[in-house]
Amino acid sequence: MADNDKKPGASPALVHSEEVLERFTKASDRVTMGRKTYGLSDRAFMFFFLLPSLFILLFLVGYPFITLIRSGFYNFSVLRAATPAKFIGVGNFTFILTDPFTWERFIFTGKFVILNVLVQFLLGVGIAYLLQKNFKGRSVVLTLILMPMMLCPIVVGLFWKYMFNTEWGIVNYILSIFGIGKVEWLARENISVYSVIIVDTWMWTPFMILLALAAFTAIPKYLYEAAEIDRASSWFKFRHITLPLSAPVLIIAVLFRMIDSIKAFDLIYTLTGGGPGSATQTLSFDLYKRAFQYFYTGEASAYGVILLLVIMSLSLIFIRYLNRLAAQNVRR
Amino acid sequence: MSTVRLENLKKYYGTVKAIDGVNLNVESRSFVVLLGPSGCGKTTTLRCIAGLEVPTDGKIYFDDRDVTGLSPSERNVGMVFQFYALYPHMSVLENITFPLRACRVPPKTIEEKVKEVVQIFQLKDLLKYKASILPPGDQQRVALARAVVRDPGVLLLDEPLSALDEKFREKMRSELGKLQKRLGITTIYVTHDQREAMALGDVIVVMRDGLILQVGSPQELYEHPNSIFVGNFLGTPGMNFVECRYEKGSLVLKGTSYRLKLERQDLIAHLVPYEGREVIMGIRPEYVHVDGKLKDGGLSLEVVAIEPAGRYRLIDFLIGEKVFRVRTDWELSLVPGRRVGLQMREDRLCIFDKESGRAVVS
Repeated sequence: MADNDKKPGASPALVHSEEVLERFTKASDRVTMGRKTYGLSDRAFMFFFLLPSLFILLFLVGYPFITLIRSGFYNFSVLRAATPAKFIGVGNFTFILTDPFTWERFIFTGKFVILNVLVQFLLGVGIAYLLQKNFKGRSVVLTLILMPMMLCPIVVGLFWKYMFNTEWGIVNYILSIFGIGKVEWLARENISVYSVIIVDTWMWTPFMILLALAAFTAIPKYLYEAAEIDRASSWFKFRHITLPLSAPVLIIAVLFRMIDSIKAFDLIYTLTGGGPGSATQTLSFDLYKRAFQYFYTGEASAYGVILLLVIMSLSLIFIRYLNRLAAQNVRR
Repeated sequence: MSTVRLENLKKYYGTVKAIDGVNLNVESRSFVVLLGPSGCGKTTTLRCIAGLEVPTDGKIYFDDRDVTGLSPSERNVGMVFQFYALYPHMSVLENITFPLRACRVPPKTIEEKVKEVVQIFQLKDLLKYKASILPPGDQQRVALARAVVRDPGVLLLDEPLSALDEKFREKMRSELGKLQKRLGITTIYVTHDQREAMALGDVIVVMRDGLILQVGSPQELYEHPNSIFVGNFLGTPGMNFVECRYEKGSLVLKGTSYRLKLERQDLIAHLVPYEGREVIMGIRPEYVHVDGKLKDGGLSLEVVAIEPAGRYRLIDFLIGEKVFRVRTDWELSLVPGRRVGLQMREDRLCIFDKESGRAVVS
């Protein structure tokens, strides 16, 4: 209380002591700059510091987002910017959701996402489990294994496109050594789906490995020692110690891969171009075509909103589960 | 219950010798305490017995069965780790049943066993809680329950009380002692706390630098330490050590003119080779009598400091440069600076070799 010229204890009159009391209570939540008290609370002060970044965020995220939702309700194309956008209510949404082609894409995307994430999860956790133990050249193996993840998806798609070539691709060449005939990796509808999964798995399993390995190494060694004393088998240890204790990280990894798979575009674009026909078009591929090939801007906006809702609700399920895991560990 | 035998056990980490040849016999149902300062190899020894470390050399026998090469799960040991190592994501019940479930014990047997240990350790109200949120005292009980639930042949305890606070530690200590007698499991207990060791052990094994210095009952070690280290390590405060010269049946205390005439024939007999040489005399603080009257030719010293310790006081004197502590009651009024007479009980005297630190007579 540098600015307090009257000593609170010495003030004789009751009026004075009240004034002093008020001063004491208010001063605690004000910014005292050493000499004078301004009428600015800590909270307001913090708000002013946050304001610039908040503004940028609003401009970069808030504005486009609102525009997206808005144009979802209009019949509008950026190609015909001169034609005024026509408000059609939920017309775009009903059109998309009643279109059997959209549902085909939904089913394909679902199948692709589930298979893709499942394979990557099993491979990732399995390989991470093997890589836990220290062996000679472990760091070299680890670096090599992580390489695919560092490549550009477009490049990966192109490489594999050549490798999968039916006539002169290396994959079929290797298969021919074992007497297996030519496989049309990218040209057959029922095979191309798996080709895409193979490539995505090749590229993104390292991500799973990395996170699983991090989760595994965070588990204290003494728990395994205790389990060893308790006569637990390797599987029992894995099932009852490794998995539950790394679950939060693994769930996040699966969530990441899931969202990424739903959004999968670049790799598919260069690998199959969505073909044959529309066999390997994911939802986001479909969205891309509507937005930037046919330029149905209003329709694509509605499509984007639907996709966003799907991804958000999926994430919500995972986050709920994560929270429950966390709560379990604190609940008494 | 198993017996445990260690034969010339060695464990080297590179050039560091954690254990350097340990021989030990642990009898069935006995409570053996491995005692020593940190880094003496006691925990490593315990981990070798558990099978968590592979010894560099030597053999470990359980009931004359060589278990040296066996994994922990093949040895049937129970262990409580220093920080308990409970499975944090499991409830107390799941923690206790873990060793049973891991061995596919039928549910009916599990139920019976759980009932039994829950009763012993009074865990009934804790069963559904997560192990990680329990206070250390409860965690310790759970860890003990988990260790004994499947009737191990040997129970290994690695400083199980060190995470508890002082008051609680004393309580758990006495409970642990009673429990071991009741269950009758062969127990090997590691600690650096000599009071714990004295209170709990049937047999105390004092270790230092990867070697066993002395094995014996608490009383044996206390009254007859075989080395300066053991005498100093056991007891609060430890033994007093005074440099002396042995001359014709007398000890001349260095730094004083006092000459202690020895009466005990066994002492004199053992000291014959030390005629004219320096030895270390050891005596515990409670075996020195403080007398207000000064005697001619007796030892008299000036009080340096007084430290109250409940029913007793610890009085610091100086002999030469070294502190000489005496435990005495409150009868005599003492102030720093006062000169008093001191009489040592000859029957409690220990003599050590100055070079090796080994006991000549104790």
